Amino acid sequence: MKIPLIYNLRSIRQRPVSTAATALGMAVVVAVFIAMMALSNGFKAALVKTGSSDNAFILRKGAQAEMNSGIDRHTASVIASLPFVAADETGRPLVSPEIFVVVGLTRLNGGFANVVVRGISPQALKVRKGITITDGRMFQVGAPEILVGATLARSFPNTGLGDRITFGGRDWTVVGHFTANGSSFESEIWGENEQFMPVFRGEVFQSVTFRMKDPAAFDGVKQTLETDPRITVDVAREIEFYEGQSRLLSQVLGFIAVFISGVMAVGAIFGAVNTMYAAVASRAPEIGVLLTLGFRPRSVMSSFLAEAMIIALIGGVIGALLALPINGLVTSTTNWNSFSEVAFAFRVTPALLLSGLGFSVVMGLLGGYFPARRAAKQEVVEALRAEG
Amino acid sequence: MKFARLVLANLGRNKRRTVLTVLSVALAFFLFATLRSVLTTLDAARELGSESRLIVLNATGLTFPVRQSQIPRLEAMEGVKSVSWANWFGGLYQERPEDFFANFAIDPASYLALYPEVQLPPDQKTTFLAERTAAIVGKGLMEKFGWRLGQTVTLKGTIFPGDWDFVIRGVYTPTDPAYGDQNFFFRYDYLYERSGRRAEPGWFVLQLTDPASAATISARVDTMFKNSPTPTKTETEKAFQAGFVTMWGNVAFLMRAIGTAVFFAILFVAANTMMMAARERIGEIAVLKTLGFPDGTIFGIVIAEAGVMTLLGGAIGLVGARALFGSTHALDAFLPGFRVEGGTLALGFAIAATLGVISGALPAWQAARLSVVQALRKVA
Amino acid sequence: MALVEMRDVTKAYHRDAQEIPVFSRVNLDIAQGEFLALMGPSGSGKSTLLNLLAGLDRPTSGRITVGSDDVTGMNARQLAAWRARHVGFVFQFYNLLPVLTAFQNIELPLLLTNLSKKARRDHVQASLEIVGLTDRAEHFPRQLSGGEQQRVGIARAIVSDPTMLLADEPTGDLDARSAEEILALLQRLNQEFGKTIVMVTHDARAAEHAHATMHLDKGVLTR
Repeated sequence: MKIPLIYNLRSIRQRPVSTAATALGMAVVVAVFIAMMALSNGFKAALVKTGSSDNAFILRKGAQAEMNSGIDRHTASVIASLPFVAADETGRPLVSPEIFVVVGLTRLNGGFANVVVRGISPQALKVRKGITITDGRMFQVGAPEILVGATLARSFPNTGLGDRITFGGRDWTVVGHFTANGSSFESEIWGENEQFMPVFRGEVFQSVTFRMKDPAAFDGVKQTLETDPRITVDVAREIEFYEGQSRLLSQVLGFIAVFISGVMAVGAIFGAVNTMYAAVASRAPEIGVLLTLGFRPRSVMSSFLAEAMIIALIGGVIGALLALPINGLVTSTTNWNSFSEVAFAFRVTPALLLSGLGFSVVMGLLGGYFPARRAAKQEVVEALRAEG
Repeated sequence: MKFARLVLANLGRNKRRTVLTVLSVALAFFLFATLRSVLTTLDAARELGSESRLIVLNATGLTFPVRQSQIPRLEAMEGVKSVSWANWFGGLYQERPEDFFANFAIDPASYLALYPEVQLPPDQKTTFLAERTAAIVGKGLMEKFGWRLGQTVTLKGTIFPGDWDFVIRGVYTPTDPAYGDQNFFFRYDYLYERSGRRAEPGWFVLQLTDPASAATISARVDTMFKNSPTPTKTETEKAFQAGFVTMWGNVAFLMRAIGTAVFFAILFVAANTMMMAARERIGEIAVLKTLGFPDGTIFGIVIAEAGVMTLLGGAIGLVGARALFGSTHALDAFLPGFRVEGGTLALGFAIAATLGVISGALPAWQAARLSVVQALRKVA
Repeated sequence: MALVEMRDVTKAYHRDAQEIPVFSRVNLDIAQGEFLALMGPSGSGKSTLLNLLAGLDRPTSGRITVGSDDVTGMNARQLAAWRARHVGFVFQFYNLLPVLTAFQNIELPLLLTNLSKKARRDHVQASLEIVGLTDRAEHFPRQLSGGEQQRVGIARAIVSDPTMLLADEPTGDLDARSAEEILALLQRLNQEFGKTIVMVTHDARAAEHAHATMHLDKGVLTR
């Protein structure tokens, strides 16, 4: 026979301060957990969304990151001529050999930051999906013009349309702003690869990205390119490359999230254990009555477990509500692969909120287990005799 | 102190509850010590750089090289005692990104002369200066990979392709733990020649005769190269370091936010315990009052109970963190010289005491203003 | 002159807007060295009267003096100090602190004095001897019988040598034999040590141990 939940709800209401203190303790733990996971998710999402699984991404063999890489014109033209490169409606290959450099720029608030400057082929906006020029226009081929990512434009001066930015010893005119689904591209400056090449590192590209005709055939593409005797390259799906770039930092962030909320959770569970033992002790006579009436010890146990979980769930909900406002908050960090700055937004997803609630319920279960067992194992006579 | 026994006896009344509360407070202060030490370590790193050394970078950005051809002009400058240079190599060991460590090519003699922080036995230094493929490695890094002196280590080049073999000929210990003992240095001339003379220095380090001239010499260097193919950006090493530390971005804010959250979470747990403990003892408190215990004394006894718990928990957490990080160096790879400072301990104990007072305040106040007549009637 | 003088003492409780009188204009003199039993049915206000004497409660009007002290004119802090000095209180349910040993329980009132540790120990030992529990000093309350616990309670009440001993149904929770022992002990304290004792009880046999008995009924005090 089940003991109705209303019994627990009443008893929770009878000890409002104690319940509130326990639930709030858990709420803070859940809020920290959600916030830190949202940070880790947001960073990962910003980099992962940067890539597409339809694109192949090529670096010089062993380079690991765009910054280290160098791909000469010959290699780039070999790649562009391969049959598995998709073409646009006019028959031109969808390929973008790119320059990747990091320059130092002064921020609006006066600080100094490293910013990615990417030289793209005019085809790049077709190779990559989800790039939208929100205002202004595309740069003209052959002109010293640049596009500025939307996030970057918000925190750096001289990024309005028509403004000029100086880097690499030349002035560049801002002709457009672009968004890229919130990906890390939005923290970059884009211009034409042929314009950037002579200014920076001479006759080399850093990477080549192309759209595959048949994305499912990626393994074959990778094998063909990596074994081609004319070139020495590493090939990855674009999405996997960026995932790899984010892996270390998002793993570190994830680890910190789990470590901190884990340690805090143990503390909160101890608090729940205290509260539940006190609840069991103060209700010993009631438990005796329930057992006398014929409720099974098992029902008593699940009743107290339910009570602990209700308290925890209240905490979980409060914690989720506390953490919710940080969703979309933009922060920035350094991408240690290029020492450049990546801006990204905290991402509180429904799944994350649910796991926060799940986390609180688990804390309630763990905190309630021993007190509930104590309640169930009580001797009826003793329980009745105990003072309230 | 006469009341100490009473306070301790009360804490012993429900041992499980006291132990659990003390432990949860201890966990909180362990976290506090860890988080705050991240901040103090970053601050130490910010202070690390010298004011009498200048770093000369390519004006375009950190990742662009300077030119070897610029060295003689720098050496000829007045106020510059010596010039050294280095290059970020970015090689991977065992091709596992997780095993990454910082590896630099340095101009051996000038660099070691410029950096007395790098402490190396004289015979090892001699070998390093004589042998082209020699490398010197920080003590921490040696321990991390279990390397031995004389061992050959292969790094896979990322910027400079290929497998690069180095023989470990020296193990250095830094004079200041914040400098870090996880670096790998090898010789610039080896990099230069094996790269087909393509390598250029990543940056120059200038030793000044007078630190006070830092600003003027920085300006002179940058003006000198302003219209050259490689313009420069010069700053003191200290400013350069500080710039690197700012790359950690909002870490400080994050740590503070979490620290505050931890404080409140534990405050709730501790306050709840104190309220439960006080509520159970209403009758006893009434008895003490009947015996003539003044309200202030009762207030003090309840606060002291809370304080003993939070201070004991604080001590376990703070001293535990200090001992743990002091002996394992678990975070040294990320944060060189990571340790729990005395200041962190002091601040921790102050917070623990505050926590005790706050969590005990409400129940103590209730106990102090308890009406004896009513409380006794409730008990009887 | 009497040790305790109650003059025109009235006590009423306020419940909401209503005033519920317990007794009014009670006068009572208690001489030094007296052993007075105060009897009455439950709810007659005898415990309230005792609480007033103990300085735990304040009269609505009237005046209570003990020796030269005007108890009714004191604030809470003064009352606490006064209680510590002049009142020994014995409870029906002993009210020992379960976490302290018999010795430590008895020592409690002495913590409020400036006595040295050694002096405190001597006082506690003396009290233990008087109540005959020297061998139980290190026992905790739950290891003692009801009679023994009450004797510890009495030892605690006399350890600071207070001006008067107030006992609220001291035998109410005890079997006949233990009750007899406690009453004999109180009698002895009165006769041998000259303690002034006021004992509230509803047990006529208990009252027989006193010098005098007064009855409180419907707020009227009679001899």
